[in-house]
Amino acid sequence: MRKIDYAAIGETLYESRLPNGLSVFVVPKPGYCKSFACFVTNYGGADRRFTLNGEVKDTPAGVAHYLEHKMFDTPDGGNALITLDAAGANANAFTSESMTAYYFSCTQRFEENLRTLLSFVSVPWYTQESVDKERGIIGQELRMYEDDPDNAVYMGLMRLLFAHSPLRDDVGGTVESIQDITPQVLYDCHKVFYHPSNMALCVVGDVDPALVERTAAELLTPEAAPLPGRDYGPAEGLDPVGKRNERQMEVSAPLFLAGLKLGPDAKGPDAHRERLIAGLALKCLYGRSSPAYLDLYGKGLLNATFGCSADYAAGEGFVVFGGESKDPDKAADELLAAAEKIAAEGFDPAHFERQKKASYGGSLRALGDFRNLGVSLAEGCFAGYRALDGFEIMKSITCADASRWVREHIRRERTALSVVTPCRVSGP
Amino acid sequence: MRQTRKEILPGAYLTCLRTDKFKTGLLSVNLLTRLSRETAAQNALIPSVLRRGTVKSPDLDALAVRLDSLYGARLEPAVRKKGEIQCVGFWADFVDEKYLPDGQTLLEDVAALLGEVLLEPRTRGGLLLSAYVDSEKEKLLEDIRSRINDKISYSRYRLTELMCPAEDYAVDVLGTEEEAEAIGYVALTRRYHELLAASPMEIFYCGSAEPARVERAVRDALSTLPRGELDMDLGTDIRMNTVDEQTRYFTDEMEVTQGKLAIGYRLGDAMEDPDMAALRVMNAVFGAGVSSKLFMNVREKLSLCYFASSALDLMKGVMAVISGIEVTDYDQALAEIGRQLKAVQEGDITDDELSAAKRGLVNDLLSAGDSAGALESFWLEQNLLGLEYGPDELAALVEDVTKEDVVRAAAGIVCDAVYFLRGTGEDEDA
Repeated sequence: MRKIDYAAIGETLYESRLPNGLSVFVVPKPGYCKSFACFVTNYGGADRRFTLNGEVKDTPAGVAHYLEHKMFDTPDGGNALITLDAAGANANAFTSESMTAYYFSCTQRFEENLRTLLSFVSVPWYTQESVDKERGIIGQELRMYEDDPDNAVYMGLMRLLFAHSPLRDDVGGTVESIQDITPQVLYDCHKVFYHPSNMALCVVGDVDPALVERTAAELLTPEAAPLPGRDYGPAEGLDPVGKRNERQMEVSAPLFLAGLKLGPDAKGPDAHRERLIAGLALKCLYGRSSPAYLDLYGKGLLNATFGCSADYAAGEGFVVFGGESKDPDKAADELLAAAEKIAAEGFDPAHFERQKKASYGGSLRALGDFRNLGVSLAEGCFAGYRALDGFEIMKSITCADASRWVREHIRRERTALSVVTPCRVSGP
Repeated sequence: MRQTRKEILPGAYLTCLRTDKFKTGLLSVNLLTRLSRETAAQNALIPSVLRRGTVKSPDLDALAVRLDSLYGARLEPAVRKKGEIQCVGFWADFVDEKYLPDGQTLLEDVAALLGEVLLEPRTRGGLLLSAYVDSEKEKLLEDIRSRINDKISYSRYRLTELMCPAEDYAVDVLGTEEEAEAIGYVALTRRYHELLAASPMEIFYCGSAEPARVERAVRDALSTLPRGELDMDLGTDIRMNTVDEQTRYFTDEMEVTQGKLAIGYRLGDAMEDPDMAALRVMNAVFGAGVSSKLFMNVREKLSLCYFASSALDLMKGVMAVISGIEVTDYDQALAEIGRQLKAVQEGDITDDELSAAKRGLVNDLLSAGDSAGALESFWLEQNLLGLEYGPDELAALVEDVTKEDVVRAAAGIVCDAVYFLRGTGEDEDA
């Protein structure tokens, strides 16, 4: 495996690409009891239309997530979650718009657990009965999200921002859309997206990198496959399809999420740099130490639930920012005014340098979170960059870069606002 | 990892965990006070008000500049409920010095800032600033009201409130809306001085610095701590019996699509001389984790829910089960959960179930050693319980737990209250 030293941050990365196309990453963590492994496919809720044997397939909303649930069934009638649990591993999985990750952490029997992980994710096993049975469980999961105001305000925004992108739909689909999911749909999707060529294996912990590589080579198919063709429809423009929507729910205070599109999402090291600029610019603009946040916090228009991020999925980049506010429209208006001020004047260089310093501390802290590190390695891999290179790239980002980014992207006329308001003042 | 504990000021104990493995250090200071309806909201508000500004750094902007300059060190209020004790203070985390480019040190600066925020708030005429108190009070009220937003934690909160009407345990860590609304800056200043003077203090550090250096830094930072007569009369009233002879049932209606079922139990005789390891294994067998009876039966076998899990509070001797279900499945879910508990009590536990439960717990306990935050939380509880063993020693105790120990731990469990949060639909029957 190729060894890359990041001496300044005290980390080493081992990486390789197997002949079957699988990307393998290992970050050794000597002295830690816990080891973490994630096996991730570049396939999420947004990947609904794709080409299989030259034929275009359309799949219902929620397939990737349904597949995630059903992957744990094994051909011997067992369940991998139980197998991992019985071997002391804490295992789980998640599906986002752009990826599905299966992972575990354990303090013993790492190799055995790694074998279980690689096997169950690569061997599909679905029966009509098992697929039908899962509908009740997933239905309850979707019901749980329906009552979640954060989810509601987010989905509201996605529908304002995007005209036709699959990002308009919930990752899990709806109770209705999952009715049409059959074992055959699941087999098709597994065949296309769960090939090692489309996947990454990331391990963080006190483990031998060679063992990880060897085990993956032994258990997975040796042949490479062409990368799946996926279709998100024509590129979205920069303008939102709607400016504002509002919904009433059982919440104590209004909740808002504003957002705008950044345009098509590029890949590779340049895109990595652009993403880091976006993150730092947003920290300078709307972070906990930003004049805008502190001003609105002091005025009681924002509280600690406020957050912002630049996200990338389904070929699109977009920015979201929001939280609770007694006056969402005013809060959003003032936040945009703050961006306009920066667009005109640029960031204060001293503020920028402090945010850069703070950002270094924050990124270093994040290295202690194994799951976060593992998933960001996979995310970088699918976007064509190495996540840990970020520390070095950050050094070259200037105040002018951050100011330019705000000027180019944070535009009032491109912004949409999603709001959830209380349907009554307090609980029972 | 080396652990030391020492009283460094009257009633102030410093627990140090020295280790080189983390990239960030953690320092927390916790004032311990009795959880009560009268003072909970005031206590919860105090750290947020203090965090608004100090004599030297009078507002959030000035504090942000200092923290950012310390490589993004974080200093945040910490308000926790441990049994019937309210722990109020701050936690800070900061980059370990070996990763700083210019050989800078951070521990002393962060400790000093923490001491400053705790002891030298911005005041006018000796009183906490009314503008800061009002602004933070508004946010505390928002926090209290926002409990209904997360229906799972709301159900847990309502269950506790309804299950323990005559116990301080029913008090939420943030207090009540009424108490919070009544807070004024004069009374809050008085409460702040009382807290500083009378509360025992638990200080925790985890990182690469030697304990002697940590002690020096913390002593310097807290040198002006005004100590009066300490209120050492802290503890939790563990009641073995249910409030009524019969289980009590409660229902709330809200605009929700999924019902939330919350069931509260008293652990009973097992709390007489609690076997902490056996109780944890019992909970794991019953309802924590994917090999537990609740997950295997209520979710996997009957597909009644996406989640059903149990959690213990060993400081109070209670256990709660929470599950999200269709309103129409109420009776079936309740019966099945009861059946699974009975199975544990009757020793209907397979070797696989027992060993999976133990392995999961051992994994969690050993993993705690890899996280400064988890260690802090673990040691705070151990210190409050007067227990001296670390997570790895507890893991060894868990390994030795037998099926008989589990049955003994479960024998006295009684269901005290059942709470159901359901939708307002009229056609549903529950």
